[in-house]
Amino acid sequence: MSPSEATAEVTEVTEVRPSAGRHAVALFISELRLVFGRARTQVGLGVLAAVPLLIGIAIKLSGNDGGTEGFIGQVAGNGLFLIVASLGLSLPFFLPTAVTVISGESLAGEASLGTLRNLLTAPAGRSRLLAAKMVALTVFCLVATMTIWVSGLIVGFILFPVGDVLLLSGSTVSLGEGLLRALVIAVVISLSLLGLAAIGLFVSSLTSTPLAAMAATFGTFIVLGIMTAIPQLHAIHPWLLMYRWQSFADVLRDPPYWHDIGRNLLLQAGYVAVFYTAAWARITSRDIT
Amino acid sequence: MAVDAVDLEVPAGSVYGFLGPNGSGKTTTIRMLLGLIAPTSGEVELLGEPMPKAHLRVLPRVGALVEGPAFYPFWTGQANLLRFDAADRTADPKTRKARAGEALERVGLSNAAGKKVRAYSLGMRQRLAIAVALMQRRELLVLDEPTNGLDPQGTREVRHLIRDLASDGTTVFTSTHLLAEVEQVCTHAAIMNRGKLLRQSTVADLRAELRPRLVVRTPDLGAAADTLQGLGVTELKTTEETVEGDPGELPIEKFAAALVAADVRIHGFGLERPSLEDTFVALTGEGFDVAE
Repeated sequence: MSPSEATAEVTEVTEVRPSAGRHAVALFISELRLVFGRARTQVGLGVLAAVPLLIGIAIKLSGNDGGTEGFIGQVAGNGLFLIVASLGLSLPFFLPTAVTVISGESLAGEASLGTLRNLLTAPAGRSRLLAAKMVALTVFCLVATMTIWVSGLIVGFILFPVGDVLLLSGSTVSLGEGLLRALVIAVVISLSLLGLAAIGLFVSSLTSTPLAAMAATFGTFIVLGIMTAIPQLHAIHPWLLMYRWQSFADVLRDPPYWHDIGRNLLLQAGYVAVFYTAAWARITSRDIT
Repeated sequence: MAVDAVDLEVPAGSVYGFLGPNGSGKTTTIRMLLGLIAPTSGEVELLGEPMPKAHLRVLPRVGALVEGPAFYPFWTGQANLLRFDAADRTADPKTRKARAGEALERVGLSNAAGKKVRAYSLGMRQRLAIAVALMQRRELLVLDEPTNGLDPQGTREVRHLIRDLASDGTTVFTSTHLLAEVEQVCTHAAIMNRGKLLRQSTVADLRAELRPRLVVRTPDLGAAADTLQGLGVTELKTTEETVEGDPGELPIEKFAAALVAADVRIHGFGLERPSLEDTFVALTGEGFDVAE
């Protein structure tokens, strides 16, 4: 049943309400409240905060003093590496899962509750609502990695000795600079998640079932991950979402090696541009029932 | 085709009843008016502006309740109001809380403002949905089935509320299939069926479309029918206890006198004005032949 040949019209003459000021920011703040006020978001952030704690306790109990390769092996010697190790270990699975849940929910959740039509008749404006959703997702990615950073800092400083930081290049920097570099890593990792967030937002604009959106987004993530692991596909590897995710470690070189990080962020920007535009095309033309 | 060439003329300050059987295209029309869906062809205008092109300009002047209440169940009633108000960039954030309080009071939900919507009954949600529309002074309120799911008290309250709003100068456009509602509240009405607009006019004119019927309640059915036929009553119909028909232009007392003269025992006698329901059924058909 499709509406057709409609010339519905309501005419009336009344005085126009004095035009109020523009308060465009309110929707964005409200959007953050919606994302971060939900119990599921808080539990998710709690799980992320527990990652450094679990790793820290495991290392402490095993009495590991450097037998392990990589950042994990350095934690026992310098608690600061707990931040980097936790961020690195959360990147392949925990963080994408969280981003998938929040982004899949974003539009499909509103559609399934029916609140989407309340927002649109408010009127929020479809483009503005989409922008608010993307901004909230970006803030979520930042908060998620910062949660690990803060938790890693606290646990690392309580459980392990801390001091000057030995970089990958062999030189040493002060603890303060080490913390700053870990902070940069957290930001780089949160930006690495934006491509996935945009995919989730797009999928979420297609359906009124949040679970389906989450599953489809996560499925896409898994498929891209498998493709990244197949050597025969090396020709398209540079275009795959997570191909340069591990480049965050280059922040710990002296001087930091920005080339791969830059390529990664450029790729994320490309994914955001493509999928955000697709989501926009979808949401601005979608029939809201 | 769900809706075809519907042109609704809603006078300012009227309470306009939008009637039609289920599936007749009422909600589709309302969705199009509010820019939620796009017509496959043609144009939509609301308050003299093209929709959905001018929706950011028009919709702040319109309060809407479309197709049942929809809220965030994990938020309080007040928090829900604040969010939908925040979505409107013309809404002043400084007065937001105060306006939410007033709107909640107006629909009688002040005591439940801090409760999560999950714990609300359907009637409370319905009233909360009306509160969303009342967060600001509107020129036009579009209420899709506002009394759906309400108990008799709630229905009365909504009716009073609609009258109050109308007397404040707000135009109210309400869709419903409860005809008694329309007769009590609305000044104007439109009747839709199968996506087409059948009639629109004042409620009084709609009722006047059907002629009043003469109804005689009597045990002497045969004699009564004969007498009435002799006086030129047409469309005579005999039921178990009554004889009824279209009295034509003769004054009603003539029939009474004639019946008494013919020794017809009269248990009841009078003119029955057709209800809006009769008009509605005459236009849209009996029974369950809902538009496909």
